Amino acid sequence: MAIWLTKDSKVIVQGMTGSEGRKHTQRMLAAGTNVVGGVTPGKGGQQVDFDGVSLPVFNDVASAMAATGADVSVVFVPPRFAKAAVIEAIDAGIGLAVVITEGIPVHDTTAFWRHCVAKGNRTRIIGPNCPGIASPGQSNAGIIPADITGPGRIGLVSKSGTLTYQMMYELRDIGFSTCVGIGGDPVIGTTHIDALAAFQEDPDTDAIVMIGEIGGDAEERAAEFIRDHVTKPVVGYIAGFTAPPGKTMGHAGAIVSGSSGTAQAKQAALEAVGVKVGRTPTEAAQLMRQIMRGS
Amino acid sequence: MRVTQCHDPDANRPQVPAGTPTSVRLPDVDLYEYQGRALFEKHGLPVLGGGVATTPEQARDIAAQLGGQVVIKAQVKVGGRGKAGGVKLADTPEEAFTHATAILGMDIKGHRVERVMVAQSADIAEEYYLSFLLDRAERSFLCIASVAGGMDIEQVAAETPERVAKIPVDPSVGVDDAKAREIVAAAQFPAEVADQVAQIAIKLWQAFIAEDATLMEVNPLARTPNGQVLCLDAKVSLDDNAAFRHPEHAELVDRSAVDPLEQRAKEKDLNYVKLPGGSVGVIGNGAGLVMSTLDVVAYAGEEFGGVKPANFLDIGGGASAAVMANGLEIVLSDPEVTAVFVNVFGGITACDEVANGIVQALELLKQRGEQVSKPLVVRLDGNNAEAGRAILAEANNPLVERVDTMDGAARRAAELAAAGR
Repeated sequence: MAIWLTKDSKVIVQGMTGSEGRKHTQRMLAAGTNVVGGVTPGKGGQQVDFDGVSLPVFNDVASAMAATGADVSVVFVPPRFAKAAVIEAIDAGIGLAVVITEGIPVHDTTAFWRHCVAKGNRTRIIGPNCPGIASPGQSNAGIIPADITGPGRIGLVSKSGTLTYQMMYELRDIGFSTCVGIGGDPVIGTTHIDALAAFQEDPDTDAIVMIGEIGGDAEERAAEFIRDHVTKPVVGYIAGFTAPPGKTMGHAGAIVSGSSGTAQAKQAALEAVGVKVGRTPTEAAQLMRQIMRGS
Repeated sequence: MRVTQCHDPDANRPQVPAGTPTSVRLPDVDLYEYQGRALFEKHGLPVLGGGVATTPEQARDIAAQLGGQVVIKAQVKVGGRGKAGGVKLADTPEEAFTHATAILGMDIKGHRVERVMVAQSADIAEEYYLSFLLDRAERSFLCIASVAGGMDIEQVAAETPERVAKIPVDPSVGVDDAKAREIVAAAQFPAEVADQVAQIAIKLWQAFIAEDATLMEVNPLARTPNGQVLCLDAKVSLDDNAAFRHPEHAELVDRSAVDPLEQRAKEKDLNYVKLPGGSVGVIGNGAGLVMSTLDVVAYAGEEFGGVKPANFLDIGGGASAAVMANGLEIVLSDPEVTAVFVNVFGGITACDEVANGIVQALELLKQRGEQVSKPLVVRLDGNNAEAGRAILAEANNPLVERVDTMDGAARRAAELAAAGR
């Protein structure tokens, strides 16, 4: 089953004719993703060749969906055009939009998020500034390397790309149902809570790894959600214990402001609801291994 | 909510040190008060006349131009300048000269005062508070308004929450006349200033949107004895991700940094943060992994007398040899660093490229005449890790040690750092 992305997902790539879009479309195809076409305004009607697979380019998401039956879009559109691209995907009614683009102004992200809400939340947005979503052995939408791990029954949700990869690697002996990189921007579409809820409902997921980092209060809110709604075991890892206040650590959202957003507070909130939190990624992986091997 | 950082009534930029990196990856550009004042003025908000001075002579000239009593305010991005003596009233241009002489060069919590703002002073009858900011949790915007201004709004919210109004603002609607009235009513502004505050709220919102701000805060928003409402301070953060549509923002970016290593890193566009008191230099790829590496080093360091990480340095995804060389050069030139931990997980990046980068970087540093004598612990995992390790083995640099797990490598780096102290 997996969450949100399965072998049946039909994927289009917005910005497929750009260099990043082209490179990663090739990788997604190699990973077995059912990529059915691309969207680039003004280039409709062209075909792009990927090692023998020829994919059609459409002018807009709606016509791509009409022609191919696509239900997922991966967005590689540059920051200045990203807002329009995501709004177009929402208006076309696509089920899932995975926004890889880094550097989108937060006013733009807020605008397309509010637009999505106003349209009745029919489109799930993952990102922006995220590595995407992968259901190993089924489909891969984004830039997560496909060969780190195979399929299994752990669900993974993380703000950070490289920590996602690290955790997939640590637990490659067990495997994952779905790995979701939700991105480190201050405003994101899919949250930890959304992923926790979906993993809780997914019959093919037995346990969940949640990776957080300093900044904001998403982890604290996720802890409340776990307390009230999640019965599957959850293992946590939080990055940024040594980050000093007021210093942005790479991600736009990763900053400790005053007394809020600290790693200590997040760890305490998770542990208070019974989540085991590892001190290092390896330790968190070991905690998960005990759960999976013990049950 | 960034506004909660405010801990000082006259705080201009509390708790955000001037060293905060501002490359394209790091979206907030925090402005000095004088820059915020200028933006307010540009958008038609009621501010008092003023200018910025870097010398006492300039301060005297501005005071003479403005006429009357002026206020001399240290321009630093840290709170507590009032208590530190960084804010003074001057009745004459000569007095402005004297105060500017004292304030310029002053050290306020580690921040050297390079500029002062000289502004007209105003009699204040009442102080209010008004801000617009990004609301991360709601993924929307928020207006915060209070008639208890002039002090720490976080303190007001804690002690008298009924005096702080929080009004959600949907960007698709914005702040129109009705919304402005809602803000005025929610915060219970007095009737005699209601019209003025409503107009200010509309203009502040327009400025917030037009400038791609993540925070615009007026504290105090002051009423003078003759009933005029004025913006007497300006705290503004701009979204650097929006720089492409605001070329004029480039000159607002503070290129100076408190720390000389951060300054050099900034010039090379490196995502580097100095952590005082550490001895393990850290280089890695990806913000989350590097943050995690700092923690893992600190844990491992407990065993070796409290060895700590010396810096955050994220060289990003496809780091070239040149980027690795620049990063290594900065980290190795930190006198506090006694060992370096290079922690790379090859996702898209192939580890053999990273290994080549390290080897070439050490060569490059040699060619640049840098004497490298500090040990490097390198951990490569993921994509093409075997090939990467083979390249390091073949290069056989006695300073480079390979450890294949993150925790093990952190421990080894901490051990070497402790030995080198």
